[in-house]
Amino acid sequence: MTATTGQPPHVVAGITVPRVMFQVLLALVPVTAVQAYLFGLRPLLLLAVAGIAALACEALALRLRRRSPQPFLRDGSVLVTAVLLALAVPPTLPVPLLVFGIAVAVLVGKHAYGGLGQNPFNPAMVGYAVLLVSFPLEMTRWPAPGAGWDAMTGATALDTLRTGLRQSYTMQEIFAGPAFGHVGAAGAEWISLAALAGGLYLLARRIIRWHIPAAMLAGLAAPAALFHMIDPGAHATATFHLAAGATMLGAFFIATDPVSAATSDRGRLFYGAGIGVLTWVIRTWGGFPDGVAFAVLIMNLAVPLIDRYTVPRIYGHAQR
Amino acid sequence: MSLRGGLRLDSHKARPLERPIRGVPPPTEIALALDQGSGEESVPVVKAGDAVHMGTLVAASAGAAASLHSPVSGIVREIAVRTTLRGSGRCIVIENDGNDRRAASLAPLDWRTLDEVALLEHIAAGGVAGLGGAAFPTATKLALARAARADLLLLNGAECEPWICCDDGLMRERAAQVVLGAQVMLAATGARRCVVAIEDDKPEAILAMESAVSAASDARIEIRVLPAVFPLGAEGALVTAVTGREVPHDGLPPQVGVVCQNVGTAAAVARLVQDGQPVISRIVTVTGSGVREPCNVEARVGTPVADLIGACGGSDGPELRHIAGGSLTGRILQSDTVPVTKGLNCVLVATSADLPARGMEMPCIRCGDCATVCPAGLLPQQLHAAARTDDTAGLVRYGLSACIECGCCDYVCPSAIPLTARFRTAREQQHLQDMERRRALDAKARYERHQRRLAEQAEAERRAFDEARRRARDSETGTD
Repeated sequence: MTATTGQPPHVVAGITVPRVMFQVLLALVPVTAVQAYLFGLRPLLLLAVAGIAALACEALALRLRRRSPQPFLRDGSVLVTAVLLALAVPPTLPVPLLVFGIAVAVLVGKHAYGGLGQNPFNPAMVGYAVLLVSFPLEMTRWPAPGAGWDAMTGATALDTLRTGLRQSYTMQEIFAGPAFGHVGAAGAEWISLAALAGGLYLLARRIIRWHIPAAMLAGLAAPAALFHMIDPGAHATATFHLAAGATMLGAFFIATDPVSAATSDRGRLFYGAGIGVLTWVIRTWGGFPDGVAFAVLIMNLAVPLIDRYTVPRIYGHAQR
Repeated sequence: MSLRGGLRLDSHKARPLERPIRGVPPPTEIALALDQGSGEESVPVVKAGDAVHMGTLVAASAGAAASLHSPVSGIVREIAVRTTLRGSGRCIVIENDGNDRRAASLAPLDWRTLDEVALLEHIAAGGVAGLGGAAFPTATKLALARAARADLLLLNGAECEPWICCDDGLMRERAAQVVLGAQVMLAATGARRCVVAIEDDKPEAILAMESAVSAASDARIEIRVLPAVFPLGAEGALVTAVTGREVPHDGLPPQVGVVCQNVGTAAAVARLVQDGQPVISRIVTVTGSGVREPCNVEARVGTPVADLIGACGGSDGPELRHIAGGSLTGRILQSDTVPVTKGLNCVLVATSADLPARGMEMPCIRCGDCATVCPAGLLPQQLHAAARTDDTAGLVRYGLSACIECGCCDYVCPSAIPLTARFRTAREQQHLQDMERRRALDAKARYERHQRRLAEQAEAERRAFDEARRRARDSETGTD
């Protein structure tokens, strides 16, 4: 017989980080497909560039930190960061800017804090936010759907809505514009639908749990519905907010990043709801086209506090 | 109310149950570990050269160790340190003469005529201990329940851990014994009713127990079928699943009116009253793909594990691992010469296909899957972070002491972090720190007492000096 010093338990389920990350990448296929359908091959080029740049940055960071490149290069987490950032930026974004964003995300957002599992902020959103404040013009011009990436670019529906309202247009006039589709932005609403489909797949495969997406969507829809009810002329409907911008991608793929999210079920409800409300607030009164990235980063800041106050009741202990 | 968290696992119990319980021939040499699994040692009352019979008391009960009886007749050879389930420990080694002469004191008991105190004394004298694995003295536990006026006797037949099926086999073949044991324990504690909890993956055992209860026509005993979830058979989880009450973190089940006993322990009590036989044998599951004929066996306490495997056709295969217990909470056996104890429920001879190796450990990604399955409601991810940074306050805040070491968090962890082992280490460290702190406080108190005494002494000397000087002065003025 072989004598070992193995400690119990002696059996594990065999779920691994790479498998989890692969499932997330798989769930992003519909979004990618819709973007390619709407904007041509350019989004696919961005994806490829982002993936290669991210792997290179990861390898560089591991080398600088004197860590072995395996298993981290193969864990897939850096690819998820890359794909999320590539899908979140406009397809017209110049390639060097995207590479810069990826470098910020991986080197600063992830490895400056200690790499996988240690980053307090969502790395993809760190990259996105830095790109947005550094290159606001390039980051806010989206091509018109179906026209190809080199065609006329214009403001997004969320942008058009805000500027329209500031210039005293009525809601009907604004929504008659070319940037709007059935319920949300033209084109973008199909991306949202694809993100929702991917998100439901992740829920079904138990890669993510319902707390964060449900709380975020409710946190966004509730104030939107309330203010629309009070003043329909100045506030878009909850349906519009749910279908517009990065709502669905954010709810199922970005806010659910476990490393930078709150960690208990109850904490995740607060965390998700906070992202939802902040997204609506930034969209309504802020100066940026969409609020998801900043809402996520702000709630990342609040995670230690949320975690501190949402420790579940322990068996045999009274509620604290 | 159901269990929080937990896992639904492949049970791996079918194969040993295809065969009836098989006897293991008593070995020529028996090694009775003084620590039978509770972590404390009983006190030997025999010495080398003494002749013993089957059932002769050889070690007296002490603390959490029940009394110990010779499983064979023969001569005590020595009391020496041997390899045991817990690594190593003192054992009473008895040379078996093969005659199985019974001690004269062994006689059936008319238990219905005895009062609670006399029954508890008999159970203690019979060396009955928790056969579920803890090996804690049954009489002590029953006495606590009696003192707390617990009204429910909860018989644990859940057997939730994969591979282990000795209780299943027992309930199938000896259900009447379990029911008789329940009746005796009801009489010994004054509890008014008894629930036998069995998981729903044991339909044969449930049927056998139901017919035994109706044959005994005892309305106080009820069979409760529970879902097969690991670790539902853990004491706290079982109490909550059956009664809806939670055992306080600083208390025991009798505080919520419950006393838990394993079904095997009940059967041992029944044997004690039926034919006066103390606990000198137990049923052990011998299983795993490395065993030729997986089977439940009945073996004398002190029999080497290798004999049990031999009775099951021997083992075969490369890189076999021998585990005492199941795949989630069992311990690796360092040698197959270790003797059977009252707490040993299973010998798992596992191939690498049974228990595939874990992947490489990765950093925690805070996915929270561990928290979802934790039956104690803990956040293992936060405990892990606290343990990693030696954050003692964090370990307390996140409830390290409530961890029951079931291993569910390890099982689901995508980063292959050995969480349970880390928590066990952290707990040992915490225990050491507590002892260190207590020692430091004691030393401080001693020092302060010493200082106070010195100060008092100095004060007294000063006063005496002043007094003497005053008197001297007085006498001077007096003479002037």
